[in-house]
Amino acid sequence: MVLNKDIDRHNFQPKKFILWLFIVSSIIFFAGLTSGFIVYTGDAGKKLNVQLPHVFIYSTAVIILSSFTLHWSYLQSKKLKFTQQKVGLWLTFVLGILFIVLQVYGWAVWTNLGVFFINSNASISFVYAFTFLHIIHIIAGLGVLIAALVSSYGKLPNVTNSFRMEIASIFWHFVDILWIYLYLFLLLSQ
Amino acid sequence: MSTIAIHTSATMHHHDDHSHGHHKETFLTKYVFSQDHKMIAKQFLITGIIMGVIAMTLSILFRIQLAYPDHNFPLLEVLLGKFAPDGRLDPNFYLSLVTIHGTIMVFFVLTAGLSGTFSNLLIPLQLGARDMASPFMNMLSYWLFFSASVIMLSTFFIESGPAGAGWTIYPPLSALPKAMPGSGLGMTLWLVSMVLFVASSLIGGINYVSTILNMRTKGMDLWKMPLTCWAFFLTAVLGILSFPVLVAGIVLLVFDRSFGTSFYLSDIYIGGQALANEGGSPILWEHLFWFLGHPEVYIVIMPAMGIASEVMSVNSRKPIFGYHAMVYSLIGITVLSFIVWGHHMFVTGMNPFLGGVFMITTLIIAVPSAVKTFNWLATLWRGNIRFTPAMLFAIGLVSFFISGGLTGIWLGNAALDINLHDTYFVVAHFHLVMGSAAIFGMLAGIYHWYPKMFGRLMNPKLGYLHFWLTFASAYLVFFPMHFMGLDGVPRRYYAFTEFESMQKWLSVNVFITWAAILGAVAQVAFLFNFFYSIFFGEKSTQNPWEANTLEWTTPVERIHGNWPGEIPTVYRWAYDYSKPGHDADFITQNTPLSETMSSNLPHDFAGNEEAERIQEQWNIEHKNIDSREEVK
Repeated sequence: MVLNKDIDRHNFQPKKFILWLFIVSSIIFFAGLTSGFIVYTGDAGKKLNVQLPHVFIYSTAVIILSSFTLHWSYLQSKKLKFTQQKVGLWLTFVLGILFIVLQVYGWAVWTNLGVFFINSNASISFVYAFTFLHIIHIIAGLGVLIAALVSSYGKLPNVTNSFRMEIASIFWHFVDILWIYLYLFLLLSQ
Repeated sequence: MSTIAIHTSATMHHHDDHSHGHHKETFLTKYVFSQDHKMIAKQFLITGIIMGVIAMTLSILFRIQLAYPDHNFPLLEVLLGKFAPDGRLDPNFYLSLVTIHGTIMVFFVLTAGLSGTFSNLLIPLQLGARDMASPFMNMLSYWLFFSASVIMLSTFFIESGPAGAGWTIYPPLSALPKAMPGSGLGMTLWLVSMVLFVASSLIGGINYVSTILNMRTKGMDLWKMPLTCWAFFLTAVLGILSFPVLVAGIVLLVFDRSFGTSFYLSDIYIGGQALANEGGSPILWEHLFWFLGHPEVYIVIMPAMGIASEVMSVNSRKPIFGYHAMVYSLIGITVLSFIVWGHHMFVTGMNPFLGGVFMITTLIIAVPSAVKTFNWLATLWRGNIRFTPAMLFAIGLVSFFISGGLTGIWLGNAALDINLHDTYFVVAHFHLVMGSAAIFGMLAGIYHWYPKMFGRLMNPKLGYLHFWLTFASAYLVFFPMHFMGLDGVPRRYYAFTEFESMQKWLSVNVFITWAAILGAVAQVAFLFNFFYSIFFGEKSTQNPWEANTLEWTTPVERIHGNWPGEIPTVYRWAYDYSKPGHDADFITQNTPLSETMSSNLPHDFAGNEEAERIQEQWNIEHKNIDSREEVK
């Protein structure tokens, strides 16, 4: 028993650590972008003078909700209730897709107003860049969710299932928090 | 045999790999898509050496142009075609040569070639792990690096030539494909290549950090790690924290290039035509680039420092002087390297007060750097020195680090930098302090760990020849450049000796070029030695340098999983050389204190009273009480 635990720990601990390090580098990536925004608005004297699309409030709500569904699914998998786990994962997945749709709708709203990506005020281009690069992270998150889904259906051992579940939770909560950070950052610099 | 080893770290699942590996190991899985860290290290090394030779050849090409701006060399036209019409380098191609020389040397040789080789080779071997945290990611890291190398070199085969905006690719030259030939397709491919390279570096770095923090063998606490591993660890941390910012900058640059945004562009006219881009700031790029760019120079030098510390301690037969100070100075350099990037931008119209802040942080870096230098010198002091080729190269590193580091103090001063910025003084400074010093560290590592990689020794006589020629030519090349820089000679100019005030430097240019050619020819000694010895070198013993670290406890034939049986346990630090009271002048890290009763010192027991009591008992029985006094 002790032996088994030991082996699992050595199998997964370094790999989980890799995920945390990836998250660190991702944080640095967005820290670089947002400080680029600060330098730009400070130097060029051009502020973000357009209101953010209203739909971003809804997309924020959706992504927060998806974190809750994923956490619920995670708790169910801990209790070995695999049907509920699958339901939770599917809900999260659908909410993730919905989030992307809402973000793209946000772009459409701005473009219809004539607030384009290609803009002489690059702080607006920055908003498009932030959301686009965040969506790429969301897509990566969807990939991790698919991996968790596959292992919840498949005949894989439960250790793998719960490991993937853990990876999915950590990463998905991260992209959730990342969006909240970006949204708050943009709201505050409006 | 394998079942006993279960309780040591990571044994179980590696034994699975192990048995698979032996049954169906093909040429493809062993030499090409290998997941064994030792093979990946060799892949990194050989790719790095090839890239290094190419980048060196490029430098000889532009050195020829600088020394003989009026001559035609028909051979060049034969070799380079329309990049050298009538046997003279095309000015745009000259810029491309400078750019690609810098890019390859900084990133492909001294980042991937150095960290990739020695982190991969030494982290699992010195810390007692069967392999990396994720062998698959390790393989991925190499192949991303390989693809990046191929793409970077492929730009020599396109019509408009490679990227030409300098290795720092400042916009607008890098952002406007129409700006000059080197801004076209070559620049696009440069960006693609660098994105792959950064991915490779990040994947590699994340793997190194995870391995170091999670997979050390029993007894190997952080303060027992050899300085090499500390250096690789902090280097990888630097990479993880700085490379993403470069990616952020590159993403914005790609938007500017390909989609027409204006992050970096404003008020630009090409051929009298105003461009639509408006409101951007090229300074923004400089901030994002140098936030990576400055840590990058420490990514280059820190592994070399770690290697030099280890090699110098082994070959002085003395403990490294100030082990803790060495670690703290590495940490200090790591932290400080993030708050000094502004010293590359003193002449961008920066607020002088901000310049002052960056100046102070920059000068503070001299403190940990000096700590390291003094500790190296103190390690050599009264040591029982063995002048192996590795040792010579490590001492060469210290020499270059001092002579190049001193000029760093000049350049770090905002007031002086305004005069010296973008002159040959800067070229001389960084080629000594991070170019020559880092490459000497890398060569020291190659000579020292060659037996671990290939099971054979390199020829020492060729090694000495290689060292002395390289050492002399590096100084002959870079030292005169200081004086050119003080005279105001600008870097990256195609034919600055055409200016009347600088004509006098032509003779110096000729001298430097011939010194550079000498240095390049000297590398033949190395290349021959390296490749010949792989097959025909003298067979190595298990521990040819009588070193303490764990990699020398593995068998000479390199097996997947590193140790045939149990992973050794570590009982002491890596630097018990010439310990008073012991019969040999080295004690390996896996030797328990109970086997070295005659040389144990009170602090070896780290407050373990039981052990101290046993030692006292032993001392009384063997009348060993005064041995410590005698030594003093």
